[in-house]
Amino acid sequence: MITEAIIAALLVIGAFFTLVGSIGLIKLDNCMSRLHGPTKASTLGVGALLLASVVYSFNTADGSVHEILVMAFLFVTAPISGNFIAKVNMHSLRGKQALPPPPDDHVWGTYSEK
Amino acid sequence: MRARLFPHPLLTVLLAIVWCLLVNEVKLGTVVFGILLGLLIPIVTAAYWPDRPPVGRPIKLLSYLVLVIWDILVANVVVAMIVLFKSNKNMRPQWVVIPLDLRTPEAITMLAGTITLTPGTVSADLSDDGRALLVHALDAEDPDAVRDDIKQRYERRLKEIFE
Amino acid sequence: MILMALNFAFVAVALSQLLAMLRLVKGPSTGDRILALDTMVINAIALIILLGMRLGTQVYFESALIIAMLGFVSTVAIARFVLRGDIIE
Repeated sequence: MITEAIIAALLVIGAFFTLVGSIGLIKLDNCMSRLHGPTKASTLGVGALLLASVVYSFNTADGSVHEILVMAFLFVTAPISGNFIAKVNMHSLRGKQALPPPPDDHVWGTYSEK
Repeated sequence: MRARLFPHPLLTVLLAIVWCLLVNEVKLGTVVFGILLGLLIPIVTAAYWPDRPPVGRPIKLLSYLVLVIWDILVANVVVAMIVLFKSNKNMRPQWVVIPLDLRTPEAITMLAGTITLTPGTVSADLSDDGRALLVHALDAEDPDAVRDDIKQRYERRLKEIFE
Repeated sequence: MILMALNFAFVAVALSQLLAMLRLVKGPSTGDRILALDTMVINAIALIILLGMRLGTQVYFESALIIAMLGFVSTVAIARFVLRGDIIE
C-alpha cells in the first residue's frame, strides 16, 4: 500500500515537472530563458518517472535496476547539450545584445577565431 | 607494469557495474564477464586517454554529489514556481560573469555541469583563456549575489576536492 | 491508484510533447528548434518508460536507452553543424 503510494507520487511528480519544462519552453519570451525549462525540469521529471519504474518493478516482479543507466546517462549529457545550445544562441544573439565581456581583454571561447 | 595492465582502475569498476546493469542480473558469469570487459577496454583505448583525472578526496566528492542532488530538488521547485506564476514582464534574466579560481579542466567541467543542472542558472561559455565562466540566470535581482553564491557554494568545495 | 497516476502521467507527458512540437514549428531561432527537438527526445523516453510500466514488460528498456544515446548525439551534431558548418573536423 505504501509502495503503491510512493509509485503514484513519483509518477505524478515526474509528469508535473516534465509538463512544467515544456510550459517554460512555450511561455518564456527570449531564447536564453527558454533554455532553462527543458534542460533540467525535464531531466528531473524523467528521473522521477524512471525511479517510479524501478520501484514498480520491485513491487510487481523480481525487480530491475537498469533504469538507473538511462537516468545516469541523461544527467551526464543534459549539461553538455544545454551548453551546445547556449553557444548556438550566443551566435544568433551576436551583434543584437551586448554580453558582459570576460575580464582582462579576453573574448568568450565561442567568439574567438582560433 | 601496473600502469600498463590497469591504465584506469576507476574505469574498470565503472565498466563492470554498467555491464551488470545492462544484463540486469548479478550472477557469477555476468560479474566475471563484466570485469573481463573492464580490464580489456581500458587497455585497448589507453592510447586515447593519456591522463588520469585526479580525484584527491573521494569522500568529499560523494558529499558534494549529495549536496548537488539536494540543490537540484529544491531549486527545481523554485523554478517551476517562477515559470508557472511569474509573468514575463516581471522576470529579470541576467548574464553573470564568474571569474574562476579553478584551473584543472575536470574541476571546471564539474562546475559548469553543476551550474547547468541546478535550475535557474545555465553555464554558456568559457573565456578563451579559461579563466572566466559566462552564466545565464533566469530570474536574478542582483548578478553579484548569484556570482558569490556559486563561488561560495560550489567552487570552494570543488577546489578542495580536485586541487 | 497506480493506474490513475499512470494515466495522468501519460496525458501530461503527451501534452508536453505537443507543446514542444509547437515550439519546434514556431521557432523563431535555430537554437529554439534544436532545444525543442532535444525536449521531444527526452519526452519520448518518458513515454516509452510509461508504456513499459503500463504493459508490465521490460522489453522497451533497450529502446529507451538507445533513443537517449541517439538523441544526445543528434543534438550535439546539429548544434555543431550550426556552429561550425562541419561535424567532424
